[in-house]
Amino acid sequence: MPEMDGGLQSTGSSATGSGLAAGSSNLVEVEDLSVRFVTREATVHAVNGVSFAVRPGEVLCILGESGSGKSVTLRALMQLLPPRRTRITGRIRVDGQDVLSLDRAGLRRLRGGLVSMIFQEPMTALDPVYTIGKQITETIVRHRGGSQASARARALDLLELVKIPSAAQRLDNYPHELSGGLRQRAMIAMALSCGPRLLLADEPTTALDATVQIQVLILLRKLQKELGMGTIFVTHDLGVASEIADRIAVMYAGRIVEEGPVADVLANPLHPYTQGLLASTVHGQPRDQDINAIPGSPPDLRRLPTGCAFAPRCVQVMAECRAGVPEERRPLAGRMARCIRVPAGAVLADAVADRV
Amino acid sequence: MSQTAVLSHPVTEADEQAAPALKVRGYWASVGYRLRYDPVTMFFGLVVLLIILAAIFAPLLAPFDPYKESVIGRLKPFGWKNHLLGTDELGRDLLSRLLYGGRVSLLMGVVPVCVATVVGGSLGIVGGFAGKRVNTAIMRTMDVFYAFPSVLLAVAISGAMGGGIGNGMIALSMVFTPAMCRVAETATAQVKNLDFVEAARATGAGTLTILRYHVLGNVLGPVFIYASTLVSVGILLASGLSFLGLGVRPPTADWGLMLSTLRQSIYVNPLICALPGAAIFITSISFNLVSDGIRAAMDVRM
Repeated sequence: MPEMDGGLQSTGSSATGSGLAAGSSNLVEVEDLSVRFVTREATVHAVNGVSFAVRPGEVLCILGESGSGKSVTLRALMQLLPPRRTRITGRIRVDGQDVLSLDRAGLRRLRGGLVSMIFQEPMTALDPVYTIGKQITETIVRHRGGSQASARARALDLLELVKIPSAAQRLDNYPHELSGGLRQRAMIAMALSCGPRLLLADEPTTALDATVQIQVLILLRKLQKELGMGTIFVTHDLGVASEIADRIAVMYAGRIVEEGPVADVLANPLHPYTQGLLASTVHGQPRDQDINAIPGSPPDLRRLPTGCAFAPRCVQVMAECRAGVPEERRPLAGRMARCIRVPAGAVLADAVADRV
Repeated sequence: MSQTAVLSHPVTEADEQAAPALKVRGYWASVGYRLRYDPVTMFFGLVVLLIILAAIFAPLLAPFDPYKESVIGRLKPFGWKNHLLGTDELGRDLLSRLLYGGRVSLLMGVVPVCVATVVGGSLGIVGGFAGKRVNTAIMRTMDVFYAFPSVLLAVAISGAMGGGIGNGMIALSMVFTPAMCRVAETATAQVKNLDFVEAARATGAGTLTILRYHVLGNVLGPVFIYASTLVSVGILLASGLSFLGLGVRPPTADWGLMLSTLRQSIYVNPLICALPGAAIFITSISFNLVSDGIRAAMDVRM
């Protein structure tokens, strides 16, 4: 079982002390995060004012279609975006540390130590010319020092932790010698190697086939609970989200349009986009009935429409929708939606259900 | 939500079957295994080995002094008075001269390639990784060298600096460096954008670690393979320089030079005149085939 790195934890907790002046106990606090990619031809507004928080041990699922800014948000948390072209504004605090003001050394300690990441494609995210044992060992030595032998012993423990069969032999395998599921497990082992407090997962099951997908999801959920990691899980798959998340944040055109506990959001979506997403899935309709797909396509991030970005595709659109970006509305405890049709103040659940 | 149906009865860990334990062969062991079943590479590997050994032990193997001339024994046929491969136009033993000549030819073939691999490879990796202006500065400079045909460039540099083994090697190094640089640059630019570089950054690796560990590890393969094909080109070019009188000076034994001086006697004894050429041909094709076989064996993805 990976225990917390002593050095990292002490710096983390001392920094948390100052960061907790507001009285919150959040592991991650993102406030008004905006990410733009600036090129000579155009500026892409990938993320536009995203705010969210993750408590220790909580799983937040960011749900959205391609180009909604979910992966960019995740990479911004680790400052992994190409610095030359990227403009980030807002505030990101992880365990009390201001990520955006960290220097290079601070970032290197953060990445892989406090925060680690699982990538979508386990084939390309592992270096093909080194054995997986070597790659895990390298990461451990980088963050914790110590001998190669002790790091290798720990790498073996990690492979057993992620349930890789005959782990001792697998240490000396090259990535191409493993199946997709085993590769993703090795990737997870690498991400867990230095006891992160925050795990970022960028569609970790998308590249796997359905049965392996579920195994990896169950494993991730179990490890996350056992190790008490806060987790941000990016996916476009509602089924995956319902399986792993505590809370869910739906992104559209670089904004979070709806947020809340996963069961509530899926059972009673407030935002028309979330409703559309849920309606466009297969759940036992007659075969000859068309799926209610959301008409149109996501907006061009280089030229965002004024007002609600979803308005051009929304079936319930009103003239006011195009006037300005809808504010966050919190009609229920723990729920948020950016839609002018949602009542502004806190109202009873029944009332909302009636309206929607 | 295509998974919902499956999710209703989730797979538990008990369902995961333990894969049967399998024997894992190390990287070099598996390369050796593949080479053992490649008779062409094995045969030409043996030839290369013999050529190298013959060059190293030339003083022990040579039956005669390669520089001892004889007025009466000129251009004699195979086996004349114990001269196994006959004598050249000055009556020197051809076998001994071929053995000694191999030393110069191999040296001229291998050393410039090594120099070019280190210099060109480093420049290419730096250029490919840094990108933008640094890349432009390095690669456009290399393009200036590329603009000349390689033989012409080698001839021009040797001609400007004068003949001799040292200058010949410098000339060949300069000819090979741009090509090596381009191979390294292309490979680096490809590797740089792969996911595992970002993944490495996400585990806290600094730029230097990524360069040294991930980029170098992935670029060395193609660079070495290209270098091994250049060895035969180097031998050919070195022979060409000597043939033109820009490499080694007579009476030094060198295959290219021998070819040049024996050429005048082609109507007297054509078989003898063909021997240095045959030596160049065999050496160069052996190096080529061996490098080809090693490349195939070293490719982990095959």
